[in-house]
Amino acid sequence: MNTIIELFSYDFFVNAFMASLLAAISCGIVGTYIVSRRIVFISGGITHASFGGIGMGYYLGINPLFGAGIFAILSGMGIQLFSSKGKVREDSSIAIWWSLGMAIGIIFVYMTPGYAPNLMSYLFGSILTVSTSEIGLMLALSIIIILFFTLFYRTILYISFDEDFARTSNLPVNLFNYLLMVLISLTIVLNIRVVGIILILSLLTIPQATANVLTREFGRMMFYSVGFAFLASFIGLLVSYFADIPSGATIIFTQVILFGLVKLIKTISSSRK
Amino acid sequence: MKKLLEIKNLSAGYDNNIVLENISMEVFSGDFIGVIGPNGGGKTTLIKTILGLIKPVSGEMKLHISKTNIGYLPQVNQIDKRFPISVIDVVRSGKANSALFSSFHKNTEEKGKAESLLAEMGISAIRNKPIGELSGGQMQRVFLCRALMNRPELLVLDEPSTYVDNTFEGELYLKLKELNEQMAIILISHDVGTISFFVKTIACVNRSLHHHPSNIITEEQLTSYNCPLQIITHGNIPHTVLKLHDEHDHHEHNH
Repeated sequence: MNTIIELFSYDFFVNAFMASLLAAISCGIVGTYIVSRRIVFISGGITHASFGGIGMGYYLGINPLFGAGIFAILSGMGIQLFSSKGKVREDSSIAIWWSLGMAIGIIFVYMTPGYAPNLMSYLFGSILTVSTSEIGLMLALSIIIILFFTLFYRTILYISFDEDFARTSNLPVNLFNYLLMVLISLTIVLNIRVVGIILILSLLTIPQATANVLTREFGRMMFYSVGFAFLASFIGLLVSYFADIPSGATIIFTQVILFGLVKLIKTISSSRK
Repeated sequence: MKKLLEIKNLSAGYDNNIVLENISMEVFSGDFIGVIGPNGGGKTTLIKTILGLIKPVSGEMKLHISKTNIGYLPQVNQIDKRFPISVIDVVRSGKANSALFSSFHKNTEEKGKAESLLAEMGISAIRNKPIGELSGGQMQRVFLCRALMNRPELLVLDEPSTYVDNTFEGELYLKLKELNEQMAIILISHDVGTISFFVKTIACVNRSLHHHPSNIITEEQLTSYNCPLQIITHGNIPHTVLKLHDEHDHHEHNH
């Protein structure tokens, strides 16, 4: 126990702790929307497309996360535009953006002279090296998400549940679809440093699946998801530090074990009734 | 009688596929119209056009009431039954036009209205259940409550009798008859025989639309209007079936 308290005297560990808390807030809330609305695959497309921006960032010498943000938002809009206006099947549209982004990223990383530092940390995450300015951005995003989902809770719920009905009630469905797409993109990009592009989808789906075992109510599912995401991230962070294994992968592993445990306990307790 | 909406020489469909061609129709307060026709004949396209969910390709659709004054009950298979939402929240979403800024705060008047509708339908006990745990009949009742939240002048129902047992089906039609005293109703059904007892007029939709002035349809009328229906008589009970309504039709996507 004392060793854990001692860890908090290191700046890098405080940052990692803050990152896991803020990742849990943004991913827990936005992930509940993603899972409920069944747009996990779209989110996967946006995540991988953002790699194009990271490659471009390296090549142009700007912050890779800035490039990733632009690519994520553009691909999110592009997927919607392709399938609604271009009459491309939605899953094909997602796959096009998904692979196009990855391809652009690989080409730019290849063209960047010399070694691309920290490339692995964008792909697989590195919570122990998150900087203070990145924490600041994650904090701002979490505040925006909490405000947005609190203020427009019912509008978001109704649109997600039955889009057609929401349209007949004159709710601004298109506006909200785009705003939520932007929030999904930002959530993905700012959490890339925590678990990486390859693994970010897990933070948006596994805590939600765990929460869904215990509740089938949108609002409660958001709270539980934040809780489970934080619990697993913090335990994963500690395990990865002490066992000296990659943090991103350890966090995901903890998420899955937590999901299995909750599912098991629920199954046993409901079979005893 | 107040005219609620009029459709004039309207064509509508999806992409380049015209489903409804050159139809005209008027709906007045007090109307109870049964919409029948084969699967893929354009029944759902018709009500989606009325609701403004589909823009007509040509012709016009004029609403004389506000869009939010139409209550809508969609086909059950259009609903994601695993969505994490409780019965009371589904019903409250019927008054969504007041929801934009009403975040977590308790809107007591709206909540009270939802509670009293649930009580009226006899389903107060399931108010906090997730919709995924409901039976077909309970689910239809919940969606009827939602459609009634805004005190509509026009109620539009798309196949409300699918996945429900016979007892509830009877109750539902009696309830609609009662509601018809306060609002006009458009009811889509494939079950022509049963609805003809309750509706006042019948509209047959099969790419074109023919609004029959009464709820009694004869075979002569049907053939002359090109409605794909056939009337069979079992003793004294008239029983109408759809001629094209054979097995493979059930698997078609219903527009």
